[in-house]
Amino acid sequence: MSTAACPPTNTAAPSAAAFAAALLDPTRPAPAGLQTHNGSDPGVRFNVYRNNVVAALTGALAASFPVITALIGPPRFATLAHAFIAAAPPTAPVLTAWGEAFADFIAAFPPAAGYPLLPDLARLEWLWLRAAQAADAPALTAPALASRLAAPAALLAARPRLHPTVGLLASPYPVVSLWAAWQQDPRPAPLPSPADLPTGRGEPEQALVVRTGGTVAVVPIPPATAAFIAALAAGQPLAAAAGAADGLDLGLSLAILIRHEALCAWD
Amino acid sequence: MHPAYLQPSRPGPRPPARVGIGLKPQHVAALLDRPADLAFVEVHAENYLVDGGPRLAQLAQIRARYALSIHGVGLSIGGPGPLDAAHLDRLDALLRRFQPAWFSEHLAWSSHGGRYLADLLPLPYNQATLNRVCDHVDQVQERLGRRLLLENPSTYVEFAASSMTEGAFLAEVVRRTGCGLLLDLTNAYISAVNHGRDAWDLIQAVPAAAIDELHLAGFAEDRDAAGARLLIDTHGAPVATAVWALYRRTLAAIGPRPTLLERDQAIPPLAELLAEAARAHALLQAATPGPAPAAAPATPASATRVGHAVPAPLLGMARTAAWAPGGSR
Repeated sequence: MSTAACPPTNTAAPSAAAFAAALLDPTRPAPAGLQTHNGSDPGVRFNVYRNNVVAALTGALAASFPVITALIGPPRFATLAHAFIAAAPPTAPVLTAWGEAFADFIAAFPPAAGYPLLPDLARLEWLWLRAAQAADAPALTAPALASRLAAPAALLAARPRLHPTVGLLASPYPVVSLWAAWQQDPRPAPLPSPADLPTGRGEPEQALVVRTGGTVAVVPIPPATAAFIAALAAGQPLAAAAGAADGLDLGLSLAILIRHEALCAWD
Repeated sequence: MHPAYLQPSRPGPRPPARVGIGLKPQHVAALLDRPADLAFVEVHAENYLVDGGPRLAQLAQIRARYALSIHGVGLSIGGPGPLDAAHLDRLDALLRRFQPAWFSEHLAWSSHGGRYLADLLPLPYNQATLNRVCDHVDQVQERLGRRLLLENPSTYVEFAASSMTEGAFLAEVVRRTGCGLLLDLTNAYISAVNHGRDAWDLIQAVPAAAIDELHLAGFAEDRDAAGARLLIDTHGAPVATAVWALYRRTLAAIGPRPTLLERDQAIPPLAELLAEAARAHALLQAATPGPAPAAAPATPASATRVGHAVPAPLLGMARTAAWAPGGSR
């Protein structure tokens, strides 16, 4: 790290780059330039730092994805987390903002290939975390919307704006039920055989994720409502969004959005 | 001449020299329901750098009842690269909103090349590091408009390139930047044991007037390659007997200081933390000049147990076989 007055090679401090590279790769030796008061191998002591990094990041990821951790079990989760840390480490010190890429990483992680619902479960957990931390904003209330609903022509051209906490999941797998079951009984469970897990045949599920009054809700919704909300999220006016969703119950869908405080403006 | 906000004797309310604890999510409800006799609580800044939601709302409720210390772990003040301007901006917004009594950070580095390494990494103590740390401390204090408390680290290795002691290094940072010190007595003890030194050397080397806060925590014990004691800073156990002794000696030498009990692993029930805080409170009272000290609250029976040694690193050892069904633990 020193630039001026370069000391002899054997006493130079390791660069941060060399230190960091050795930190993240246990097959490398400890960086040169370390010393110990008793002449013992600095590698053993350097391993404390290596362990701290992995333990801190694995713990942070497990805290963000508790259902994935419980479903596959801590040892498998550690394997997965270590691979993710190597591939996509955090870029900033706020660890609750790290993990958006985890679902896609699981989808491409060969040992998890027999469990195709895990990526969508991770997406749901990420939406939950995001909803818990998104900006506060006043939600539209039913009375505030009453006058709008009384003017149908203007209503159809309106663009309801979703609350900053809103997330939407549409999965070919019953991950919403799986997530909800774990909320009821949050215990580590043995990983079921792939044959025992729903494979997606005829059991798609959709959820609206939204923070209401300080609590994040995961609300199961019909497929057409999910398509409708996705169109609103893309900025479509109400009529176009409703038209994009086959078999939509517009009244029910709006009621869900209003009841869960999922709208914050009506432009 | 340092700006007015760096003067240690600046006016305005400062928490009394009493005891605080680290705020853990599982204790928030109890601390709000039945306010505890705590001078302050401390939180890690990075846990609250979110846009909104219940976590910030809870901190606002806590702040309404307790003084607050905000402790950063991610600024990488000792890092070779420039400080993360976006991170500083977010810290500034947090400090403006919650107006803590102190903001502290570490004499360490934690980011490099766009990666956050999630640990407090050691620095060689030489002129090049000193210049860099002082530059960064100056930048932080200027950006935040407040005095930073810099914490001495726990370390496991030393550098052949070090040319000064940790105490001399910290004293020089204080002299050049006007920052204050957060003296972590557990870190002082851990580093002293790990490097065959006397913890008292550090405490004597730093300017007592700059010490605005003390930290106490527990550690785990391991062995190095030669079988010598290697203490690991876990914040996962009660304060050890040797650290209580160092605390007593420090208070006698520098006088009472606000003191934080840190616990970040193996979090016990709140009552247990408060009992440990009461023990620190009794020692603070005994070290406080003036009227006879109040009766000491009950103290825990034993504070000598330490945690488990940390297992070997696993990074890069990922199995590639497909997962098989079956037990998860």
